[in-house]
Amino acid sequence: MSQAFRVPGRGRVDSARTVSFTFDGRRFQGLAGDTLASALLANGHHLMGRSFKYHRPRGAVSAGSDEPNALVAVGSGPALQTPNLRATQVELYEGLAAVSQNRFPCLQFDFGAVNTLAAPLLPAGFYYKTFMWPRGFWDKVYEPVIRRAAGLGVAPTAPDPDHYAFQYAHCDVLVAGAGPAGLAAALAAGRSGARVILADETAEAGGSLLSDRTSRIDGRPAALWVADILAELAALPNVRVLTRCTAFNYGPHNMVALNQRLTEHLADPAPGMPRERLWQVRAKEVVLAAGALERPLVFEGNDRPGVMLASAARTYLNRYGVACGKRAVIVTADDSAYRVALDLHDAGVTVTAIADLRPAPDSALVRAAQGAGLTVLPGTTIQRAHGSTRVHSVELARLLPDGSVGRGQRWRTDLVLMSGGYTPSVHLFSQSRGKLVFDEELGVYVPGEPADRTRSSGACRGVYRLADVLADGAAAGAAAAAAAGLAAVQAPSWSVDVADEPGRGGYVGALPRRGKGLLAMAFVDFQNDVTAKDVKLAVREGFQSIEHIKRYTTTGMATDQGKMSNVNALGIAADALGRPVEKVGLTTFRPPFTPVTFGAFASHARGDLFDPDRRTPIDSWARAHGAVFEDVSLWRRARYFPRGSEDMEAAVRRECLAVRGGVGIFDASTLGKIEIVGPDAATFMNRMYVNAWTKLGVGKCRYGLMCRENGFVYDDGVVGRIAQDRFHVTTTTGGAPGVLAMMEDYLQTEWPELDVWLTSTTEEWAVIALQGPKAREVLAPLVDGLDISAGALPHMSLAEGTIGGVPMRLFRVSFTGELGFEINVPARHGRAVWEAIWDAGQAAGITPYGTETMHVLRAEKGYIIVGQETDGTATPDDAGCGWAVSKAKADFVGKRSLALPAMQAPDRKQLVGLLTEAPWEVLEEGAQLVARPDEAIPMRTLGHVSSSYFSATLGRSIALAMVAGGRAREGETLYVPMEGRTIAVTVTKPVFYDVEGARLNV
Amino acid sequence: MLLIRCPYCGDRAEIEFANGGEAHIARPADPMTQTDEEWAQYLYMRDNPKGLIAERWRHAHGCNRFFNALRDTRTDRFVTTYEMGQPRPEIDAAAAAEAAR
Amino acid sequence: MSDTMQLARSGFTLATAADRRRFVLQARPGTLDAAARALGLAEAPAMLATASGGAVTALRLGPQEILLLLDPAGAGDSLAALRTGLDAVAHSLVEVSDRQVGLDLSGALVEPALASLTSIDVALPAFPVGMATRTLLGKADGVLWRTGPEQFRLEIWRSFAPYISGLLDEAARDAAF
Repeated sequence: MSQAFRVPGRGRVDSARTVSFTFDGRRFQGLAGDTLASALLANGHHLMGRSFKYHRPRGAVSAGSDEPNALVAVGSGPALQTPNLRATQVELYEGLAAVSQNRFPCLQFDFGAVNTLAAPLLPAGFYYKTFMWPRGFWDKVYEPVIRRAAGLGVAPTAPDPDHYAFQYAHCDVLVAGAGPAGLAAALAAGRSGARVILADETAEAGGSLLSDRTSRIDGRPAALWVADILAELAALPNVRVLTRCTAFNYGPHNMVALNQRLTEHLADPAPGMPRERLWQVRAKEVVLAAGALERPLVFEGNDRPGVMLASAARTYLNRYGVACGKRAVIVTADDSAYRVALDLHDAGVTVTAIADLRPAPDSALVRAAQGAGLTVLPGTTIQRAHGSTRVHSVELARLLPDGSVGRGQRWRTDLVLMSGGYTPSVHLFSQSRGKLVFDEELGVYVPGEPADRTRSSGACRGVYRLADVLADGAAAGAAAAAAAGLAAVQAPSWSVDVADEPGRGGYVGALPRRGKGLLAMAFVDFQNDVTAKDVKLAVREGFQSIEHIKRYTTTGMATDQGKMSNVNALGIAADALGRPVEKVGLTTFRPPFTPVTFGAFASHARGDLFDPDRRTPIDSWARAHGAVFEDVSLWRRARYFPRGSEDMEAAVRRECLAVRGGVGIFDASTLGKIEIVGPDAATFMNRMYVNAWTKLGVGKCRYGLMCRENGFVYDDGVVGRIAQDRFHVTTTTGGAPGVLAMMEDYLQTEWPELDVWLTSTTEEWAVIALQGPKAREVLAPLVDGLDISAGALPHMSLAEGTIGGVPMRLFRVSFTGELGFEINVPARHGRAVWEAIWDAGQAAGITPYGTETMHVLRAEKGYIIVGQETDGTATPDDAGCGWAVSKAKADFVGKRSLALPAMQAPDRKQLVGLLTEAPWEVLEEGAQLVARPDEAIPMRTLGHVSSSYFSATLGRSIALAMVAGGRAREGETLYVPMEGRTIAVTVTKPVFYDVEGARLNV
Repeated sequence: MLLIRCPYCGDRAEIEFANGGEAHIARPADPMTQTDEEWAQYLYMRDNPKGLIAERWRHAHGCNRFFNALRDTRTDRFVTTYEMGQPRPEIDAAAAAEAAR
Repeated sequence: MSDTMQLARSGFTLATAADRRRFVLQARPGTLDAAARALGLAEAPAMLATASGGAVTALRLGPQEILLLLDPAGAGDSLAALRTGLDAVAHSLVEVSDRQVGLDLSGALVEPALASLTSIDVALPAFPVGMATRTLLGKADGVLWRTGPEQFRLEIWRSFAPYISGLLDEAARDAAF
């Protein structure tokens, strides 16, 4: 049975190029230009999937992106298999391997199909009602079982080997959809010289015209007209046409996201080709030409393979050269299905009957069908489609004048085509916040007043006649270009010689039926297996709002977002509620229009390029010397330098002792630095920091502490006065951007009169910290004669000079409690200067140390780290830095808040030290502190451990903690409840080493 | 992504900006003379209107300047942007209606 | 490290720019005009514009901010002239020669490659030769300056160079398709 349903001479497929592919392991042949669905249908294969909940056999019901049933996985392997692709959009290529989903053991026979038998027991809300008890069963029993049984494809498990492109784009006019309206709009705008982007989700521009064998435009067949327009567009340098490119999100201010698929249709993509490209298009004007979607009819068995949309059968026939069956029954409420009937008839398909729901259909098209000898049954509905993996017969019945349904008659068929009329595709318009209005005449929602700079044209606003569509598109394109500021040009116009009037009829809701049909399953939402009864049940159970009905029944919540189902669900709900459709309202249209791969969203932001990986000028030296690194904000910092087989603990002990006993060298380049310059620099500093700056002499340094206006510590760092009007401010590594932003905020918005300016110099300077009693003897010979003796350069002072001829700002500061220097040199010289110091320090046993040792050394001295001891609720006094707060200043940021009574309460959490009884016991950071070990649960926590280390210098553990009323508790015993035991600790002062600071002032 | 008109750089995408909260809330000239109640009002109380709000933005990844904007919180539509220090512009009914649309 | 970088693809090259001394000059707008005159320029460039003359190129990045790029050979004279011209006038001049690196980009694919990093319209009519602005390049700040129809200069902070050039390399690869 090789392509037995292919109709020779029809379609845009290349009959000379056969393409082999597999579906569920079985080999098939199709033609170049086929989709997976059209190729399977050419082989008479309708069964393509199993449904989500009931595991019903399903086939393709549409030929486009609205397909709810024919979901397949394409590709193979843990990384490359892509699930949930619509077979109607998967383009065929040689060797394509597709498998069906949600079935076991195979598509033809699926155990899960017993769910259909149990369907009366699985109504809407079943899971909510049933699996409430026992509560503990949900996670371990119910959910895993339900998830296995119900579902779509399987997500890939291995990293995605493909890469994805990303691009911003800007245009005057973006046209979404390249059907007749979109092509006309793009041409009209393009001719005006506007920058135009025309995007279409399918492989080939042309939309419905590619399935239209009847219409002639300016005397030319529609498909040739498409080719003419595309040729002209291609010749316009200001127009870009993107196919396989879905406009899936209409964001604020005319930013529209497009997802372009580049390799998916290729058997052998070029090396390096991105799989997809995400476009973020900022358009001055948007023209939506999204077309309309045919509505299915809701009747029993409407999901049987072989039951399809009438327009889909026309597309398969005329675009792909495939007859979807041999004997068709058509059920319609709209004229358009008659054109389908004529095309099928013409191609040799037997059209057994056209059942028209309308009592007296009469138009040129109807008469043409009758003239061709087709059986037209007015006032006739469908009761049921019979069959399992393929429809084999239907029951048609008269609609009686009293609204009831007459006795049915069985018709043998292998193809049931349904047309409930057309629903304008208003998804993007609705995403753009545009209001939808109900069109009484058409019985559907159409775009009303737009909220953004957007125009809908053609079928997506209920204009269906081809001549009108072309004129509407051209007018929209010309108007959009003019609105974008281009000189107006005459909109193009064309003549159309076919007078088909599709879309004037239609049916909304469930078809009437004879009898109660208690067991009938008439599907509204195919993908989520929601039936008409489910929607009615939801109303019976009290749901009134369409949004609630949607969530209770899950109608419209599948990956297709209810493209086919929403209007029918609305109709059924309206009927059950006894209200007109337009009073019930619509659910929200949410992006994406069709699913988008995560890879496209991530694009380049993965692996090394996920975030900037900032490295200091000395990073390469640290790497060469075996450093272990840690991430600190975006920076990579050396954490410790293990020797031989040392672990971190051993390395840190050695590094600590080396600094205390000799000299250590540390890369502090990541410290934030801001140069504050101008005549009002000191005034500005006085207002920003809690400290007083006026009297700080040139060449002196001071520890600066900064609060937010709420009085809580925000950042800290050493500040040096380079000149009367110039301060060199340092911040924490992670705090630099925030501090600069806050300073700019006050400067620009509160004190714009101040003549002072801020410049980030973080990356200008490499900073080398040289710390330890031998620091001076190592440094002194290197600084080109600068006097760095204790007298000339005491603790907390600075000097400018050179080191080996390189300009230097030398700070005599310490974050270790030892004699220390921070040598600032221009970044390009950072590594060379570091190495010069390293070489000079060899005799003194110079030791490189990392952030971990830095943390231990500062904790021994009780120096806080903002963000570790403080958490955004600590005042300077809480953090033990009350001494830094100027009492003399009339104002500074945070001063007024610090005067609030609550900020001075004696039971505020205050910085203290903790010592465990056992010297080897290192507390866990974050551990809670309580007053009594036997306190009843829940215990009242007094605070928490903020820093905790083993101190090699002291030969015991130390910890810092924030404790309620902590300073008054000195000497008290508190308790740290841990799992299985409680640790007693003694509250101490937060300084453990060299309390008087003698080692600093040497 | 919103399109925001920096008074200095012109139209730029929202990603270049940082919102700075409600505008025209001046820091008291002498905070220490404020009662606790007044200070709390300054520090924490904001209008959060449904409709037009005057708010601060900083062109953080551009010219680094703060400026003010009038935006309708219901629609995210900007009426205008203006430099720091300028008073909140008077908006006529037509412009307000347009922003609310 | 980023001191010298070199990337070449079909239609796209990236290379570390010639060394310049760099200064951030900040002052009231009138003072910036005076500074420009001291440097031998007619006036301070308008917002987002650049001005060049002698050893000096000035990029107007903010209403009170100019980035000065000085040819090392003539930098001393320029600085002396500037200091004389601005003596006793409130301003801030801070050297940032080592804070950032310059990357020269060129080729037919430079525009689409940059369009992968910045939300700004970089088409020639919207971003003409001589325009310069700070923007967001991926997740990192940078200054974008068009030096020719198919030439751009990036001035970016030193530690962002590997990230930004890595992004540009991928973007240029993708732009070919």
